[in-house]
Amino acid sequence: MSGESVRKLAVLAAIWAALLLAPYWMPPLGGYTALGTRVLVLGLAAMSVNFLLGFTGVLSFGHAAYFGLGAYGAGLTLKFLAPSTPLSLLLGMLLGGVAGAILGALIVRRRGVYFAMVTIAFGQVFYYIAFQWSSLTGGDDGLRGFSRQPIDLGLFSINILSHANSFYYFVLFCFAIAVAVMGFILRSPFGRTMLAIRENERRARFLGIPVERHIWIAFTLSCFFMGFAGALYALVNNFADPRGLHYSQSGDFVMMAVMGGMRSFWGPLLGAAVFVVLQDYLSSVTVNWMSFVGLLFVLVVLFFPRGLLGVIRRKSEA
Amino acid sequence: MTQLLLFNVTNGLIIGAFYVLMALGLSLILNLSNVINFAHGGFLVLGGYIAYTITPYVGFWGALLIAPPLTAAIGLVVERVLIRPLYGRDPLYSLLLTFGLAFILEDGTRFIWGAQGKPVTVPAFLAQPLSYEFFFITGYRLFMVSVVIVTVALLFVLLRFTRLGIRIRAGTLDLETVSALGVNVRVLRSLNFAVGIFLAGLSGVLAAGQLGLEPTMGAGLLMPSFIAIIVGGVGSLTGTLLGGLLIGVASGVTAVFLPAASEAIMYVLMAVVLLVRPRGLLGEEGMMT
Amino acid sequence: MSKKSILGTFNRRTLIKGAATIGAMQVTSPFIIKALGETPVKIGMVDPLTGVYAAVAQNEVTGAKLALEQINAKGGILGRPIELLVEDSANDVGTGVQKARKLIERDEVTFIIGDVNSGIAQAIAQVSNEKKMLHVVSGGHTDTITGKDCKWNVYRVCNTTRMEANAVTELLYTKYGKKWHFITPDYAFGHTLQQAGSANLQKLGGTVTGNELTPLGTTDFSAYLIKARAANPDVLLVLPQGSDMVNCLKQIAQFGIDKQIHVAGLQQELESLEAMPPEARVGIWMFEWYWKQPGVPGVEQFVADIRKRNDGKVPTARHWFGFTSVHTLAGVANREKTLDSVKLAKALGNFELPPEVKLQPNKCYYRSGDHQLMTSAFVGEALSKPAGDPEDLFRVDQVIAGDKTAPAESDTGCTVTWPA
Repeated sequence: MSGESVRKLAVLAAIWAALLLAPYWMPPLGGYTALGTRVLVLGLAAMSVNFLLGFTGVLSFGHAAYFGLGAYGAGLTLKFLAPSTPLSLLLGMLLGGVAGAILGALIVRRRGVYFAMVTIAFGQVFYYIAFQWSSLTGGDDGLRGFSRQPIDLGLFSINILSHANSFYYFVLFCFAIAVAVMGFILRSPFGRTMLAIRENERRARFLGIPVERHIWIAFTLSCFFMGFAGALYALVNNFADPRGLHYSQSGDFVMMAVMGGMRSFWGPLLGAAVFVVLQDYLSSVTVNWMSFVGLLFVLVVLFFPRGLLGVIRRKSEA
Repeated sequence: MTQLLLFNVTNGLIIGAFYVLMALGLSLILNLSNVINFAHGGFLVLGGYIAYTITPYVGFWGALLIAPPLTAAIGLVVERVLIRPLYGRDPLYSLLLTFGLAFILEDGTRFIWGAQGKPVTVPAFLAQPLSYEFFFITGYRLFMVSVVIVTVALLFVLLRFTRLGIRIRAGTLDLETVSALGVNVRVLRSLNFAVGIFLAGLSGVLAAGQLGLEPTMGAGLLMPSFIAIIVGGVGSLTGTLLGGLLIGVASGVTAVFLPAASEAIMYVLMAVVLLVRPRGLLGEEGMMT
Repeated sequence: MSKKSILGTFNRRTLIKGAATIGAMQVTSPFIIKALGETPVKIGMVDPLTGVYAAVAQNEVTGAKLALEQINAKGGILGRPIELLVEDSANDVGTGVQKARKLIERDEVTFIIGDVNSGIAQAIAQVSNEKKMLHVVSGGHTDTITGKDCKWNVYRVCNTTRMEANAVTELLYTKYGKKWHFITPDYAFGHTLQQAGSANLQKLGGTVTGNELTPLGTTDFSAYLIKARAANPDVLLVLPQGSDMVNCLKQIAQFGIDKQIHVAGLQQELESLEAMPPEARVGIWMFEWYWKQPGVPGVEQFVADIRKRNDGKVPTARHWFGFTSVHTLAGVANREKTLDSVKLAKALGNFELPPEVKLQPNKCYYRSGDHQLMTSAFVGEALSKPAGDPEDLFRVDQVIAGDKTAPAESDTGCTVTWPA
């Protein structure tokens, strides 16, 4: 095995070790398990945005809409259809993914700033629907009255409702599946094509690659992942609310991806961890935490555009 | 019913006029610099608060004249320090930066002026309805519409007949050539940004007279501006003008039949335009691809 | 370029490392402090300190902090000092739930207070119920909190929408007339408020000429006002709150509608009145608490104490909510001499607030059937010209006791199920 792949394997092992042991090393540092669960879910969302942003080069700034749709899908399933956690995850994911597929088809021809604007506007449409259709979604008050159900595995059931650690591991398990699928796709020929489109769209087109169709597929796939993350989020809160669909939530996800490092697979997770922990800590310490978060955005954009992993990579290359 | 409809169309035009003012500023900045200014709402609020602060000293009219240029000056500094470094880069970065800037502006106004809403009084002679019949056309709203009309006229004069304006328009189409022709593009962008922020500040002063002034009001006014630009067509200021008026009227008319949908109609309009004519009503093909 | 040499090897990496160290120290320091000194009783408070409800939320916190000082001066809870841990829910449910979990799991609070936003209050109630922790909802108004979603561990201080409607409707009917037109904010609070109001109106024999549902955050009410005017009612009921209320009343005044139709509403707050220009301060309203209560014991002292902490401004109902929440928890714990949630929750049934806490003329107690505080309604009229003090913007005509405005316990839909 070459030094490069040994190093990669070591990094991967370290990441998984940290994730698996989180409920144990977090509390002594002033953390709490629920924080870790939140990092996982938002990290998955950031990675889903990065699937599009970092790997295909497409900027969608309204992606939280599919996240929110996933949350509502899961919530509505648990509330009205069946008290089954796996079903809620499935339907949440489907809702986000299908919406993404439909909308993606409408906007793939646009690029750059205009594309971003349209994704923001479309994202807001869903926010608005969730806000207004209060008879179904609970409107501003949000969707309540459901909670994550214990997983019945036949022989025994896992109580993920009241046991914080069990829920954390459940979410970690779902995260692992999603991440594995994502990694698989990125390593496949389709993933290679996405990278080609990111690097030079015109050349990719000259090579005969149906660029629009690939972008649409990438968009749809990332929306499925977003929907899944959103469904998990609904389970974290036992609640779904319109703010999860708002463009400011989208902005947070993009920032997590950028802050962690857009060009890397795990970057967004790191970005999410830093962002969530920072926001959690800052908002307890000062009422003006928004200024600091805004300042963080500004500083990252101006001085650390390649993100934390970009800085680390440069250090190792130097 | 026809009277109700007529009233609402007129009312919609008044609302639309306000959207136009806000959207034009956003559009100017977008067209030339390729920057989606998420902080536009924040500058609007800033303009309103500056007006509130200086009104006791210079009166309402003084505030109207002084607050927008002051806001534009702050915008100039922001552009120079924060946005200029990002021009060569992916539009993602300016998006994120203005997004963070919006946070800073909202929290900053809350920090300086407090979370409590501030009362802004307009001169008494304006706060009167035109007549018993047309009660919704108050002197202040008429005043607001006239300010918008004058401003839009001046803007078009600026763009059509002054050197700065011609350069801005040329730059919107082909910035590289404009630069090759010897124009200082950096200064051009700064000035363009300042004009855009001036319009935001002016909107803020006008809004303060009409609405309660509080730190979070900027965000809600940003979305209609976006939609006005998309509906009207990115790259076309006349389109933005039309878009703003259109969504204002649509909103007003919908309020007659289905009040809950009066805001949703803007999004529906946008979706329809995107489906039927993706470049917008007056947009040019190839703009912003 | 000379800057580089002055700063030496200082660079970005050092900055990051330094920040990380400081950050780590901050995070671990509470762990160190815990080892020293007396263990305080911690009360967690979750409120939207940023966002549209920032003004009222921050006032709640100020009131709570005053209560904290007063209680600590008298020995705290069971001889231990109280510590108030305030977290910002940022008007977002995810954040609110996360902060609640943080307070409960990491900070190990004994009690929890919050949230102004009813939706977040209910989401937090699910967490507090799961963790079997006593939870006082200070400022969330939605009826179901002490109605069909009531929980054994949740008590609420502020009024329900039905209480508010019951307080004002009869007065409006007899004084102003029978045809009412509603402007209703389109969310649960608005819906229940309007339903309660129109139900009462119809019982009295009046008619509803229309109900305009306005989306939250509406800035321009002109379309709705045009319709309202066309319907020619006797009374125009303005139900939106916060900045929506301010915008609506401003526009009503500008359109001169208040000169043609009586303007009224079912809930009003001093924060909103203060954000309006004088000509917009019209109408008959109900306040949940008001600072000008001559002759009522304790009020003047409270006003003076809050003024000292609030830049000289008087307390609003929101200050009183936060104040009462903390005093409730300390009061019942000290009386029962325990911190056990179930025992305290049971003891809070019929718990009466002492005069220096209730700060109102009528008896003020928590009803055991629905866990709702029977607090009075202050009905009166908004004043465009302040009566003396620049913040005296409301003239109180009636103070109606809570148990007169509240529907019967059996009528609320609440059945409290206690843990086994």
